[in-house]
Amino acid sequence: MGKQSNAQKLFLALVFIILYAPIFFLIFYSFNSNGTMSSFESFTWEHYAAVFDDTRLIMIVLNTVIVALLSALISTAIGVLGALAIVYLKNRKLRNTLLSLNNVLIVSPDVIIGASFLILFTAVGVRLGFASVLISHIAFSVPIVVLMVLPKLLEMSDSLIDAARDLGASGRDVLTRVIIPYIKPGIFAGFFLALTYSLDDFAVTFFVTGNGFSTLSVEIYSMARAGISLTINALSGLIFIVTIGLVLVYYALNRRNRTPVTGVKK
Amino acid sequence: MQNKSTKALYLIPYGAWILLFVVAPIALVVYYSLFDIHGDFTFSNYKAFFSSVYLELTLSSFWYAFLITLFSLLISYPTAYFLTKTKHKQLWLLLIIIPSWINLLLKTYAFIGIFGQYGPINAFFAAIGIGSTQLLFTDFSFIFVSVYIFIPFMILPIFNAIDRLNPALIDASRDLGASPWTTFRRVILPLTMNGVKSGIQVTFIPALSLFMITRLIAGNKVITLGTAIEQQFLVTQNWGMGSTIAVFLILFMFIIMLFTGQKEKGGASVGKTK
Repeated sequence: MGKQSNAQKLFLALVFIILYAPIFFLIFYSFNSNGTMSSFESFTWEHYAAVFDDTRLIMIVLNTVIVALLSALISTAIGVLGALAIVYLKNRKLRNTLLSLNNVLIVSPDVIIGASFLILFTAVGVRLGFASVLISHIAFSVPIVVLMVLPKLLEMSDSLIDAARDLGASGRDVLTRVIIPYIKPGIFAGFFLALTYSLDDFAVTFFVTGNGFSTLSVEIYSMARAGISLTINALSGLIFIVTIGLVLVYYALNRRNRTPVTGVKK
Repeated sequence: MQNKSTKALYLIPYGAWILLFVVAPIALVVYYSLFDIHGDFTFSNYKAFFSSVYLELTLSSFWYAFLITLFSLLISYPTAYFLTKTKHKQLWLLLIIIPSWINLLLKTYAFIGIFGQYGPINAFFAAIGIGSTQLLFTDFSFIFVSVYIFIPFMILPIFNAIDRLNPALIDASRDLGASPWTTFRRVILPLTMNGVKSGIQVTFIPALSLFMITRLIAGNKVITLGTAIEQQFLVTQNWGMGSTIAVFLILFMFIIMLFTGQKEKGGASVGKTK
């Protein structure tokens, strides 16, 4: 589509600088021995040491990881079953209704999900804390798993299943030895996205968490409201490295599966 | 294919999920919107929503969301367009997307430092003789940070739309004597409108409901529908009013989706729209 002029290159360069500057700004000052984000005094690791010395913070990181892993696992299971259920539905109208309902939580703003789940948990009598956070994370991750698995199921040819049947496979065999291996890339992509959604979620957790339980995002929010603390900068340095690692894993998975999955997320 | 009972079995957990976490929450929000703070049945919340206070709030929330979407689009469209012309476009696209994976809170927090009284922007202003200015807690900083957050989400669907465009169409338009501007306006833009619509959808709805950025960056100066809901639920504890605002936000969401919806699935908006 034609060649690029210098003006276009400059524009792109500016966009890239603006996108990355804040992130590197944060990491740069995480090494500042002066406790501010304005004048760099001298290099230090002390803020990183502070992160690892803070047992409460470490506990919160553990909580976050446990919630993410559990919610990703459970939502993947429900999501795969859901995708199978949708594919097996012969009634077109019902199928479209299910698909629309599936997408409601994906387009709903966080505030709505958070507030409505808060009402739900209070009405049902779930104590706010670990359980409510875990259940919410499972709930908002299910639809994305369905969306990742569904295309794989739809592209699978029926003759594969017929062949397995003709060769004497039971219904269970067909599922575990034909269908599941075929849709595995979709399952992995769904699990992975569920994991990162859970790790990143702030707003929903903020609504449904009680006093005793906190995840990293909520903790960063309360720290940031109190003002600048270079511990957050050190945390962001660590999170940046983990994030880059996750992105690389995700794209490696995608490349192997050759599924064009759009990897944008918040 | 498997027999009917196993198929029904698949439907149970997923159906339960839909009933419990999609249908029930929306029903509960509508139900709660009909009760006042003392738990009495009333339509007063709806009456309050149509009072000048809340109408003004809704209007200003829409205005901010409009500005955020507009600026995001003005930056994202050319970026996406130029990106499709680069040599290693998938790699560059990945580089655009990576910031969107960084925790939202951290990116917002960075701007507290950047826009701060002693931050680099103010240092720059001082160096060129403007002198330090209050940047944090202004409309400008709120819109800037929001646009910053949304750009990658806007670029992606537009990039996909432009990338799928058949270059022969552009050549044809040029051969037929169209100027570059006419080609853009009459060929490229209409054919990539679906990407633009997805981009608007993933920006406008969240922009209406932002509450974290308003609190951290705009102080309490900017109040969006999201901030108002958070305020009613977690501060004032007036769940009825909070639910009423939520009902309207859900309505707005459906209207926006109706306007930006597409007949054929572009597959461009898989990213979660938070």
